[in-house]
Amino acid sequence: MTGTGRHAGDVDEYAIYAHGLTKRYPGAEAVRGVDLHVHPGETFAFLGPNGAGKTTTIAMLCALARPTSGHARVAGADIRSQPQQVRRGVGLLFQHSAVDPDLSAERNLYLHARLYGLSHSRARARGATLLELTGLTARRRDRVRTLSGGLRRRLEIARALLHEPGVLFLDEPTVGLDPHARAQVWDHLARLRADQRTTVFVTTHYLEEAEHCDRIAILDRGRVVAHGTPAALKAAIGDDRVRVRTADDAAAAAALRQDLALRPAAGPDGLTVAVEAGARQIPRLCAALATRGVPVHAITLTEPTLDDVFFHHTGRSITHPGPPPGHGDGRQR
Amino acid sequence: MTSSAEGAAPPRQPVPAPPATPGPLVRELRAVHALVLRDLLRMLAQPTQTALMLIQPLLFLLLLGGGLAALVPATAVGGDYRAYLFPGVLVMTVQTPAVTVGMRLITDRESGHLRETLMAPVRRSTLLYGSCLGGTTEATVQGAVLLATAGTVGLPYHPVLLLSLLATVALASFVLTALAAALAIGIRSVESFHVLLSLALMPLLFLSGAFFPLTALPGWLAQLTAVNPLAYAVDVLRRSIAQHVPGAPAATTVHWGDWQVPAALEIVALALLGVSALLWAAHRFGRLE
Repeated sequence: MTGTGRHAGDVDEYAIYAHGLTKRYPGAEAVRGVDLHVHPGETFAFLGPNGAGKTTTIAMLCALARPTSGHARVAGADIRSQPQQVRRGVGLLFQHSAVDPDLSAERNLYLHARLYGLSHSRARARGATLLELTGLTARRRDRVRTLSGGLRRRLEIARALLHEPGVLFLDEPTVGLDPHARAQVWDHLARLRADQRTTVFVTTHYLEEAEHCDRIAILDRGRVVAHGTPAALKAAIGDDRVRVRTADDAAAAAALRQDLALRPAAGPDGLTVAVEAGARQIPRLCAALATRGVPVHAITLTEPTLDDVFFHHTGRSITHPGPPPGHGDGRQR
Repeated sequence: MTSSAEGAAPPRQPVPAPPATPGPLVRELRAVHALVLRDLLRMLAQPTQTALMLIQPLLFLLLLGGGLAALVPATAVGGDYRAYLFPGVLVMTVQTPAVTVGMRLITDRESGHLRETLMAPVRRSTLLYGSCLGGTTEATVQGAVLLATAGTVGLPYHPVLLLSLLATVALASFVLTALAAALAIGIRSVESFHVLLSLALMPLLFLSGAFFPLTALPGWLAQLTAVNPLAYAVDVLRRSIAQHVPGAPAATTVHWGDWQVPAALEIVALALLGVSALLWAAHRFGRLE
């Protein structure tokens, strides 16, 4: 895949560039001023709970929905004034399957390729290539109805790649799949990235999937609350988490606060303290608690997870979300 | 993990050039072709459903036609009743697949299938034209299958007659498809669409002259037939038959006031209605989200 010498504006060095992207529906603001800078070849994750506005943002970036305000360039074209160019340059995998169940895998790909303007012979060739790439060649004549969820998902990925898009959008690509099929989907994505240098923009609410990505933006209630590499995001909230279980949490909390100037948070499993270089702090912690005469049952040390990052920025856990946000889930028909 | 630091050297252009970019018109045509082909392939993939759709009009022809043929005197309809019924049954046949286009617009929108189509890098209007052309083709194919039974009601398999009937069937399919699409775009639920259709189709069919001559209607009802597209379609079909088959049931023709509308004008009126419905639908479709 070669780069073209198309006019390069400042923002066209990005595969996806968005500034102040906003979508308002009557009575709800689904997306509130999202800025994005995604480099070509990058795998970028959009992490957020259901209803954060991920799908709506993707719809705007693919020129399917018009932003209420703000602007964006995707694959070198403006989403407002050049919707067709945008769509030619991007592939989109929908959250909900949209293949024709009564037609064969091969036919589905062929029809889609023609819909995207490929010639007859090119459509056939690309279809064959992608069936091979996604390991579906043996099942190409089977009706899609007979394929398992994982295979169907792979067919959809193949379909999204038929017209050789520079940017691939995946909206919750692994939702509803079993762990094995999920792992396979990610294998395919990794290979794709290595082979074709395709920019991948993926939304997910699975934290472990976001870990695979080069960079992450955390979306909450229509806003990007943090972005960066997974490592940088975790480093930014710093600190390891030390969980201490004692016989008397209140006394222990007082000890940590007064003697070590820490800020312990009480939870059902004991106290949690955020400290730098946690492993080295544990002896000091134990010593302080021993001095005060608080018996320590157990101490565990965890590095910050993306869930901690999410909690840090939103005050909620993504894996155990609190009350759902007050507006719709941002999906539209 | 590749370097993704902000402020890295400007990377290469992200947009890969599609090989030998076809012209815009070629792209739009390919999309239309894909949509029509998709409808035809779907139809072939579900032969049972396709066959079932043909059963209702055939039942009408056999049961209603067979039952009434003995009762309705030739003078009332100007010939054999089954031959009289045939044009109406042709129109009935195309109405189901034509209306399916509207239904599919609604269900696809609900299920998210529509978005997948809308992602195609062509104009929105092209996608609607493609869907309507697909529905028209599907309906015409069904009409052609029924046309093959013309012999059972005593019509000759005369190539010119069959072709002119098929052309009219195609025109009627197009008008019905465009109307169904135009209607469907403003409606969100399949149920409402169903109710609306069954409410509209019944009087349209009965006031079309499909089952009994329009002259049998009381005056004020007969006036309504002037705005019934099905009446025009049935009329054009019957006139074609009358032209080729001596002694076939005469057409009762649509009247504007006291003026008999000529067949050519009926065809033009149908085409105009179809095109306006299509354009209006395309306009509304372009503004969907």
